[in-house]
Amino acid sequence: MQVAAFLICFPFIAAVVLALMKKHGKPRKYVVFGSSALIVAAMLYFVIGLLSSGKAVEYLENTHTIDLIMLIGEIFLMCLVVFLSFRHKKYYAALLSVVQTGLIAWLDLSGADETEKFHIYADKLTVVMCLIIGIVGTMICVYAVGYMKDYHSHHTEFKDRRSFFFAMLFVFLGAMFGLVLSSNLTWIYFFWEITSVCSFLLIGYNQSEQAINNSFKALWMNLLGGLGFALAIAYCSLVLHVSNLEELVTAKLAAGAVLIPVILLAFAGLTKSAQMPFSGWLLGAMVAPTPTSALLHSATMVKAGVYLLIRLAPAMCGNAAGFMVTTVGGFTFFVASLLAISQSDGKKVLAYSTISNLGLIAACAGIGMHEAVWAAMLLMMFHAVSKSMLFLSVGAVENRTGSRNIEDMHGLIVRLPGLAFIMIIGIAGMFLAPFGMLISKWAALKAFIDSNNILLVVFLVFGSASTLFYWTKWLGKLIAVPHQSGHLTNTTKVSQWFALITHAVIMIALVITFPLVSHSLVEPFLADMFHNTVPDIISTGNINIMLMMLCLIVILPVAARILTFGKKDTRVLSYMSGANAGDDRSFVDSFGNKKDLYLANWYMEDYFGENKLLKPSLILSSAAIVIVMVIAIGGAIG
Amino acid sequence: MLKVSKSPWLLHYDGSSCNGCDIEVLACLTPLYDVERFGIINTGNPKHADIFLITGGINKQNESVVKQIYSQMPNPKVVVAVGICACNGGVFKDCYNIMGGVDKVIPVDIYVPGCAARPESIMDGVVKAIALLDEKRKSVGKEAAE
Amino acid sequence: MNISVVSLLLYLILGPFAGGLLAGIDRKITARMQGRKGPSVLQPFYDLYKLFNKQSVVVNDLQDFLVAGFLVFIIFTGCLFFSGGDLLLVFFALTLAGIFFVMSACSASSPYGSMASQRELMQMMAYEPMVLLVAIGFYIVTGSFAVKDIIHFSNIPAVAYMPGIYLGFLWVLVIKFRKSPFDLSTTHHAHQEMVKGLTTELSGNILALVEVSHWYENVFLLGVVGLFFATSDWWSAIVVIVTVAISYFLEILVDNVFPRVKWDFMLKSTWIVTLVAGVINLMVISLIKLR
Repeated sequence: MQVAAFLICFPFIAAVVLALMKKHGKPRKYVVFGSSALIVAAMLYFVIGLLSSGKAVEYLENTHTIDLIMLIGEIFLMCLVVFLSFRHKKYYAALLSVVQTGLIAWLDLSGADETEKFHIYADKLTVVMCLIIGIVGTMICVYAVGYMKDYHSHHTEFKDRRSFFFAMLFVFLGAMFGLVLSSNLTWIYFFWEITSVCSFLLIGYNQSEQAINNSFKALWMNLLGGLGFALAIAYCSLVLHVSNLEELVTAKLAAGAVLIPVILLAFAGLTKSAQMPFSGWLLGAMVAPTPTSALLHSATMVKAGVYLLIRLAPAMCGNAAGFMVTTVGGFTFFVASLLAISQSDGKKVLAYSTISNLGLIAACAGIGMHEAVWAAMLLMMFHAVSKSMLFLSVGAVENRTGSRNIEDMHGLIVRLPGLAFIMIIGIAGMFLAPFGMLISKWAALKAFIDSNNILLVVFLVFGSASTLFYWTKWLGKLIAVPHQSGHLTNTTKVSQWFALITHAVIMIALVITFPLVSHSLVEPFLADMFHNTVPDIISTGNINIMLMMLCLIVILPVAARILTFGKKDTRVLSYMSGANAGDDRSFVDSFGNKKDLYLANWYMEDYFGENKLLKPSLILSSAAIVIVMVIAIGGAIG
Repeated sequence: MLKVSKSPWLLHYDGSSCNGCDIEVLACLTPLYDVERFGIINTGNPKHADIFLITGGINKQNESVVKQIYSQMPNPKVVVAVGICACNGGVFKDCYNIMGGVDKVIPVDIYVPGCAARPESIMDGVVKAIALLDEKRKSVGKEAAE
Repeated sequence: MNISVVSLLLYLILGPFAGGLLAGIDRKITARMQGRKGPSVLQPFYDLYKLFNKQSVVVNDLQDFLVAGFLVFIIFTGCLFFSGGDLLLVFFALTLAGIFFVMSACSASSPYGSMASQRELMQMMAYEPMVLLVAIGFYIVTGSFAVKDIIHFSNIPAVAYMPGIYLGFLWVLVIKFRKSPFDLSTTHHAHQEMVKGLTTELSGNILALVEVSHWYENVFLLGVVGLFFATSDWWSAIVVIVTVAISYFLEILVDNVFPRVKWDFMLKSTWIVTLVAGVINLMVISLIKLR
């Protein structure tokens, strides 16, 4: 218990310390490393304790002080938002913030939410989340130490506010720990709001006009979700007299009555996980330095959204809330993967891929069946690690070569082999057999069919096809071997390498041990959640097949040697109709001059461009959400 | 008996031909002559080809191209010069830009004269080239053994 | 011995011979359709022997590795299928093999190679949904993804429930067999604007490995066609052989009748066929099942 409190509080203390360290240099570095190590250690201690004892439930007798602190915190956040919105003349954000904080404060002070239920709740899903936040999150902080130094030497036009930056990273981690450990809805809401405001501050780090606009976009969208959350809390405590998430989900209340808070919470989850009408904020988050993007996209923020959805899964099975989440999620999976095809900016492709994958996770959670939730959890784990890895390696490449455009990564395997390998592992982890994403997709597909949701099946098969397209063309750029292109000296810092390699190791370990992870973490959680023993989702035979594929990849270099009979290859230039000018990177044009070769991928803006697809899909998804919510809430009240 | 010569794939290159010979080369692929019955395929890719079939003479512009394509072909390989221009420059021999026949830049194995060379003689030349392929294969094998 | 082991071994050993013979017959029939005599049916084997005896010319060392990956995973795909494995995993392995092949063209960093790799990716994107729908269709009809359960499902061939999915699969087979009008990335027809597409930078024994992979792949794909007609009765083997032969002949006919189209037509038409034939069929069978 004390460990849980430590996990929540310590990052905030570290943040305060870092915020006060205005001078750059070694001390800050050591504070970041030390705090990260401490968080990882505490998290591991907590997780091991939890695994050996089963789940932990804690009811705190006297929470008035804590509640008061949270209330003060919320009011402080509101004041901050109001102040910043007035400064930047974005009054709508202030309005949203005031309304929801007012609502929660009124509930708190009127004492309407007094119930005798536990506050802290930790089960296997919490373990998974803690591992993701603890390891991936702290690795990103470690990476940021080296990265931010380079970032500011490349971008001298931005004000150096590094102490603030690191403080925010740790606040984020603390808030995430709080979010996944608490069970009281008001507590979750408090941490939920911290992550919203925190992401807003991190996105606006540069203080450039674009950064400020995008940060406000993130703010209002997340505050809208927060408003849904606040309304759900109000409804829960006033009508249902429930103050606890577990209770809400497992409640044997009339289906209609639970539907309203569930659909509101699901709405909040959709905004936070950047599903379709709200996808804009996550794309806008790209303007921030890479560690921010990595943190928002992998370990925190968006994972908070899908975490909530997974928690709600049993309550969404087969009702309007589930229908809303699956439809929007599936649609987002499909459209975001189409949109990713037309992007050449590496970070933007990653952003669309995040949105798309979260859509799949959300859709799985919305189905609410055990195999779908199984898929959702594994997708979440694999996605967190590989996406963080990809962001960090793109950031490192950008610092070295000055570009994060995929076209400029042509032949990266020759120029920066280390980073290219990390990136290849990350990309393979995102969509290729036998890596885990694919097996989760297998389970997801099975669940979609079993629940007879043909629409979702259609989204999934078409979405997978376009996912394949945009990842493979990126992979192709990395793997190209142009002759005589120089090897660049890798200036990536040791701290960055440490983070990258840790990610790669975790990724590979996860791929090998996923049956174990599924058996010891995911299946017990499901059994607990659905109150019965869960049948094997994936048969031993199929696991063996996956492992065989893995072995095949490992022995492939040997196989290649055998299949070519050890015949020695003769190197020639690539075929350019005989017009190569000495090497395979330039040719002789019709005037007899040497001309450089430029090989581009296909982006097909006319078919998959943002200006073609974005607007209609935003309208469609907004319409879907509004219609389902109106019908569901109207039906429940009437 | 399996032989390399059972599957001769050829690459057709037009040097500075008047296109007369090229049309005759393509005529060989038509149903009337059907060279594919010998397993001959017009690949258009030096890396797949066994027979390098050139029409027209060599000029300053295509000299490097011919050399390069020849270098990209894997051994064993045979070069066939089709038409009198490819053999020695033909009527263009004294032109300011013509260097002469194909043998000015790469070694030619078979010469098929004619203006334009008739499909029958082209096929005759290719069949001779096929026989050469097997011989070359043996010598390549020997080299590899040594 | 176990029947699945026997069929796996048969595929492993006889696969390339059947595939090569199929390619030879294909060339013969194509020649006859064009009023030519055509090469011997054994011509593909002559070609293979020749390629193995040629000097090996590559652009970089990575190519060997990637082509080997293509071959190994194609064989793996086929083995998984013929040993009665999970159809969805079979198709995932097929995709992985395809990606290895595309990567071998990308790694060459050459104009024709990269153009063809983008086209091949486009083809994969076009056929992938339909291929997955095939697995899903079988699952809804028979209640299992495993090939061995699908065969022993009932006395009525699966095609009776899913004619639309069968037609859609024939459509994407045109892409998979690299037949005109959808042979955008590489082709068996005479030389053209993309040289040899994906295999432009491959030669000698490495090219031979690609040929062998294609033979394995074709046999596997025809196996999937056969799955539509297979039942638990012994005589269904005859039906399977006849229908597979007819299906393959149809592919050859299409190859010789239609000129090549542009990628956008291919993508649009394939996705529309997938939606119309595949998805509607899927809806119908899931409705029947519900009842």
